[in-house]
Amino acid sequence: MTFSDVIAQYPREEILEQILAATPAQVERALGSERVDLQDFIALISPTARPYLEQMAQRSHQITRQRFGNNIYLYTPMYLSNECSNGCKYCGFNASNKIPRATLSMEEIEKEARIIHDYGFRHILLLTGEAAKFADNKYLVEAIERIKPLFSSISIEVYPMDTAGYTQVVEAGVDGLTLYQETYNPELYADLHPYGKKSDYRYRLEAPDRAGKAGMRRIGIGSLLGLGDFMREAFYTGLHAQYLAKHYWRSQVSVSFPRIRPADGGFAPLDIVSDAQLVQMVCAMRLLLPDAGLYLSTRESATLRDNLMPLGITHMSAGSCTAPGGHGKEVESTQQFAINDDRTPEGMNAIIRAKGLEAVWKDWDSAFLNRDAM
Amino acid sequence: MQITLNGKTHEIDSDCTIAGLIQMLNLKAEQVAVEHNRNIVMRTEFDSCVLNEGDRIEIVNFVGGG
Amino acid sequence: MAVRLSPSVATDALSMGATDPDRECIFPSKKIKHDVTSDVFMQGKAIFMDNLVIAGRSFRSRLMVGTGKFSSNAAMAAALDASGSEIVTVALRRVDIDNPEDDMLSHIDPKRHLLLPNTSGARDADEAVRLARLARAAGCEPWVKLEVTPDPYYLLPDPIETLKAAEILVKDGFVVLPYINADPVLAKHLQEAGTATVMPLGAPIGTNKGIRTRDNIAIIIEQAIVPVVVDAGLGAPSHAAEAMEMGADAVLVNTALAVAVDPAAMAAAFAKGVEAGREGFLAGLGTQQQRAHASSPLTGFLRDE
Repeated sequence: MTFSDVIAQYPREEILEQILAATPAQVERALGSERVDLQDFIALISPTARPYLEQMAQRSHQITRQRFGNNIYLYTPMYLSNECSNGCKYCGFNASNKIPRATLSMEEIEKEARIIHDYGFRHILLLTGEAAKFADNKYLVEAIERIKPLFSSISIEVYPMDTAGYTQVVEAGVDGLTLYQETYNPELYADLHPYGKKSDYRYRLEAPDRAGKAGMRRIGIGSLLGLGDFMREAFYTGLHAQYLAKHYWRSQVSVSFPRIRPADGGFAPLDIVSDAQLVQMVCAMRLLLPDAGLYLSTRESATLRDNLMPLGITHMSAGSCTAPGGHGKEVESTQQFAINDDRTPEGMNAIIRAKGLEAVWKDWDSAFLNRDAM
Repeated sequence: MQITLNGKTHEIDSDCTIAGLIQMLNLKAEQVAVEHNRNIVMRTEFDSCVLNEGDRIEIVNFVGGG
Repeated sequence: MAVRLSPSVATDALSMGATDPDRECIFPSKKIKHDVTSDVFMQGKAIFMDNLVIAGRSFRSRLMVGTGKFSSNAAMAAALDASGSEIVTVALRRVDIDNPEDDMLSHIDPKRHLLLPNTSGARDADEAVRLARLARAAGCEPWVKLEVTPDPYYLLPDPIETLKAAEILVKDGFVVLPYINADPVLAKHLQEAGTATVMPLGAPIGTNKGIRTRDNIAIIIEQAIVPVVVDAGLGAPSHAAEAMEMGADAVLVNTALAVAVDPAAMAAAFAKGVEAGREGFLAGLGTQQQRAHASSPLTGFLRDE
């Protein structure tokens, strides 16, 4: 069984109907439930729940503090390569964008990794585009081998792999995967990804399953907010996360909330997601999945991030630069998306503490994993 | 010859088969299951399975249980 | 009222005119559980059926009944009849050579009841596997209620031997229904091994104490991808209703029926309890309010949008 089988049982028209038909009573029941299920979730992401946002936030805050204490976990992304053969219309790395391209050499990777390490980060997210000629599994594995001594947790946000590929990177030392479906609307997906390997909707949809089967410890998903209609993307993301939590019970599921920002391609969001809607989705997701990591990146403004911290977000990126090699030097290669918050890790520490929360730089050490047994 | 049946020794004829034993005990083949020296004997083999001296036989049937 | 159907593997349900707005239908508000344990389908007009599906097989009754400890076969048969149950557990024991009993099986109609042999008496995985295979050789369908209870005082199930036996029996082609303590991680291990259900106890066998393991059973139900059958310890119809209201897919009852003054009447009462609990669950129970502590407003930063 994969998620394809499951999502087929939730037709888009029926789901929209149910979301729009949600009543205030259903929202209130959801807010009062000890266990929020999909039916409750539908009410929470509906327009009917908007007047209840403060209550949702309070409940989300309560659950998050219960499960995660006051911790905000910090990581930073490192772009290894911006070469890409896909034509995603919303992305600055789009193959048809004439931008300076770069793929870091192993020496450059190690150098950048050391800079990041010296900042204090111990959790790192490695990113590439999809271009096997420049960055394939062999390249990734080599990079991981190089930087492994510097970090206690390595996640990847790269092209979808088959199970053997995921097994390979897991064995090399990867413990987390981030892979956004972008949109759970197959027709819209086809329109936005006209060519390249990424145009295969189903292969991408089933990639988190393959990662789970390969023993990936953390599986992160998300929709790119601003592409498809907000309510249904929220629903299918929640459905996907819940499915993964049930079927890959040894893995932790995490959900990210990337919201479309201006990119070098000049792509404008199709369905603008407001700040209030973002808050609604974060809180609803927290109520549905009390134990999931909820991730926010530096796409959002400093103010919004600061306000979202007490609401249910548990993991944030900091000190980000979305151009390969960007931590170390002035780079010509272009950013994947424009950054709104470029504060330093020290700055992050101070702000997190000011919110009464605790910045966690190292939460997990893969040195404990019994890899020889795998 | 002697066999052990459900933990107790029993005297039976030589060349007795499982089917014969069951009949001798006034049991019905459809209602029981049989183990012959820790091997389960399929019902279709009751007629062909010949018993030997010292064999350990278990005959079980269904009773009430939760 | 518009018809809503929960998603179901029985997608032929959706094709049977399910969107006809003239049909009245209870909206199964809590039933969105994509790992299908319930069949929802329409027969003719306005009949709503909610079946229990185990290993691809469909059952109308969510009450399973045990046949032990009754005062007589007749009492047992009457209780069975009154319960409406379609899954009935039996045990295996050595035939008493000197005193063969009245065949209990003759009192159970195989057309109405699926015989579910249990491995009671087994103290480890080997014994359980042996009993399961004997039951199959005796002519049962290869379904087994896996019970490994080395502890003779409380008859609590051994988690390690149960998992071991489950793995062997699933590979051997059995439909395995394992009886366990309400241990959510053990339940996940068993589901991963391929068992057809999990059967967490409400309280130790025969105690009639009701659901003492409530919180853990709730977790098991939340995380389950197979039907959850609450087994053992249910002493009253209200206990059975409570299990069903929590979202359990079925219950198994034995002692409460066997020791009742009128077993058949008690069985009928339990059947009603199971139905009432299930319908309450489907109708969407109101919840007790979870009050968040009032603190400073968290969403004040959002300008009116």
